[in-house]
Amino acid sequence: MKDFATLFTRIDESTKTTVKTAALADYFRTADPSDKLWTIALFTGRRPKRTITATRLREWAAEVAGLPDWLFEESYSIVGDLAETIALVLPPAEHDDDQSLTYWINTIKTLSTLAEEDRKAGILKAWNSLPTTQRFLFTKLLTGGFRIGVSAKLITRALAQTTGQPEPELTHKLMGSWTPDTATWETLIEADDPTADLSRPYPFYLAYQLDSLDDLGPPADWNAERKWDGIRGQLIIRGGEHHLWSRGEDLMTDRFPELSTLKDYLPDGTVIDGEILAFADEKPLSFNALQKRIGRKTVPKKLLTEAPVILMAYDLLEHQGQDIRQAPLAERRNTLASLINQTPDETPIRLSEAVDFATWKDLAQARDQSRDIGAEGLMLKRLDSPYLSGRKRGDWWKWKIDPLTIDAVMIYAQAGHGRRANLFTDYTFAVRQGNDLVPFTKAYSGLTDAEFREITAWVRKNTLQRFGPVRQVPPTHVFEIAFEGIQASPRHKSGVALRFPRMLRWRKDKPVDEANTLDDLKEMLATYG
Amino acid sequence: MADVLTFTDRGIYCPAGDFHIDPWQPVERALITHGHSDHARPGMGRYLATTGTAPVMRHRLGEITLDTINYGEDRQIGNAKVSFHPAGHVPGSAQIRVEVKGEVWVVSGDYKTVADGLSEPFEPVKCHAFITECTFGLPIFKWTPQDILTEQINNWWATNAAAGRTSILGAYALGKAQRLLATVNPDIGPILTHGAIENTNEVLRNQGITLPQTTYATADITAKTHPGALVLATPSALGTTWTRRFGPASTAFASGWMALRGVRRRRAADRGFIVSDHADWDGLNDAIRATGATKIFATHGYTSVFQRWLTEQGYDAHVVSTDYHGESLDNSEESEA
Repeated sequence: MKDFATLFTRIDESTKTTVKTAALADYFRTADPSDKLWTIALFTGRRPKRTITATRLREWAAEVAGLPDWLFEESYSIVGDLAETIALVLPPAEHDDDQSLTYWINTIKTLSTLAEEDRKAGILKAWNSLPTTQRFLFTKLLTGGFRIGVSAKLITRALAQTTGQPEPELTHKLMGSWTPDTATWETLIEADDPTADLSRPYPFYLAYQLDSLDDLGPPADWNAERKWDGIRGQLIIRGGEHHLWSRGEDLMTDRFPELSTLKDYLPDGTVIDGEILAFADEKPLSFNALQKRIGRKTVPKKLLTEAPVILMAYDLLEHQGQDIRQAPLAERRNTLASLINQTPDETPIRLSEAVDFATWKDLAQARDQSRDIGAEGLMLKRLDSPYLSGRKRGDWWKWKIDPLTIDAVMIYAQAGHGRRANLFTDYTFAVRQGNDLVPFTKAYSGLTDAEFREITAWVRKNTLQRFGPVRQVPPTHVFEIAFEGIQASPRHKSGVALRFPRMLRWRKDKPVDEANTLDDLKEMLATYG
Repeated sequence: MADVLTFTDRGIYCPAGDFHIDPWQPVERALITHGHSDHARPGMGRYLATTGTAPVMRHRLGEITLDTINYGEDRQIGNAKVSFHPAGHVPGSAQIRVEVKGEVWVVSGDYKTVADGLSEPFEPVKCHAFITECTFGLPIFKWTPQDILTEQINNWWATNAAAGRTSILGAYALGKAQRLLATVNPDIGPILTHGAIENTNEVLRNQGITLPQTTYATADITAKTHPGALVLATPSALGTTWTRRFGPASTAFASGWMALRGVRRRRAADRGFIVSDHADWDGLNDAIRATGATKIFATHGYTSVFQRWLTEQGYDAHVVSTDYHGESLDNSEESEA
């Protein structure tokens, strides 16, 4: 696994995409085909089945390192990654036999067939025969995915460099439900038919936030639609089966059983890009309703009636078994509209209607209504645009509404972990109520590193009390908190829960007594909740 | 028996001798463990430090009333007998031993137990109470052995030089920078330094410490005049326009925090070398064991965790609040190595 560890280190050490791509390309040129395939699988979120619980791994590592469990936990909370913590606390390995990546993955697979004592022996033996980086990677294989700063884009770029195949084609080949157990380097990469696998989705086309309307040219060149706040999904109907993919390439087919009727009303060889929305009475329900469905692999009947979903269809990618992504958007949408028109009204699919506008001013007004109809803003798509893959500028833009904001007082701070191990980055915020402060949200993101450093130094000097890792600080600093939505919540002291709260800016100009009040917050709940 | 040392809001205080150790507020008489700015601060009536620490203190604090003492030399101050012993942290750094009526307490200051080839190696001092730092007081911190570290840095530099890149290494001006200088292979190429580091080099050279030849990187020194150079810079200079003149470059940090992948990635440097002038987990535990002390005070770092660990090991362990910083990556103050 030495070559895989070298690849990992080269990627991990650099922030430059050229260096990362070169490291991957070098590896793809020299590594064993089976190792290469596993590497692609791991870097695109496909990992061997978990055979040992994280709890057991912690226990065994603490035992080998001679540490009490609590100290292992403290260490873990600083490091922020279980595999890394384990690799760091274990005593140095006594052996070093260089086996291949595939060898270690097969070892892990074999472990699942063994009794617990033998599994433990197998893992301890592995830990004791791998140097720190390889030990980290091996443990990572046991515990979770490989989020290491390599995007699918870099992998396809490196593969394109080594195989000479075009990037979009490679991107398509890497999509879907393949694993190194069902595919080989030969069938996946070398073979030339990306539709060999009927469930394979197309890469999603993603938009950037619009900077300015000025560069868009005449309004007549553009199609505008609502940007719905649901789950982006790709519905595939092929070979009499349907598959529903998320943008993160999760197969969600079974989570939304009501969409299975779509295969009865839409022709075979249809692929639709759309948004899954909780939907009733021809109106989207709040994201909160949909949230109850997320993460549920089987759905109880009650929930199916409370939060039924539809597919809000944006685009048509495949028609009559033909990839039509190169056809202009206007044409694709026409075909999509006629397909949907042929379905009975109760079919859980709707066309995402175009928003009428003649001038950009009209469109800005339409955007202002977004929150009232439960949308996040608008999508602007050039009428003659093809369906590209990945996030691209130019033809598609999202034009989101501004977030809701409130000025709040920081009252607690907690150190982050991982990348932020020695900084106070996680804060609790309060609004005023008379002379009291009522906590209502936490936020972790939105400040610059320099601001986090400044606050960290301040927290260290101004801690009033410690509650474990949490520091109480005097109410001094006011921050503008931005959020996307607000809901009543009996579980919170303030009575509200925010959607996606983050720090918009540090209001150094505002004293604490100018921060917003609980009444302000309740008014927002009444208006937008 | 009265405590030999007490902890006040001005610093660590010895009532029997009426002096403070590493105070952070102005006091009449200050005993200083080493020259870093969180330990040796301005504004004290008079100072006592080792002969090896004195030049840096004069350089940094200017006109001060400073008395010096050699390692191992006894000095009676009031009813206290004090002596200074090598702490291995930076050249001249000391642990301060204070004895009152047969009761011995030792203030470690900052220390490390492994020899760095430059500082006087750490000497364990027997005592009843030991006041220790624990900047890296978690079992995840284990330093790279010096020989492997040297090889890593030399390889990195040589590879960069061969590829036509400058190597820019971020390290604290006092201690870390010179320690790295003493270990790299000067045959690979020229060594350039940031002003703060060159000034400290000068002070140390003047007191007889041998360092390889370095060139102060004035504005006219660039990648063209010194191809394949190793540039030693303060961490705060990295990522600023100061580094631009060195052309295509690979950047690296040398710090104990580089043991953590997350921190390495946040610094967005090309490399992170795991090296610190503080003790790692094993170093702290070995040092404490070697003192024979039963009473331990943890001053800065992961204090509450370390206290609990020590308590479970059977020590009478306490946390005391001080104004020392230990090794901070996020504070640009160059003196906090």
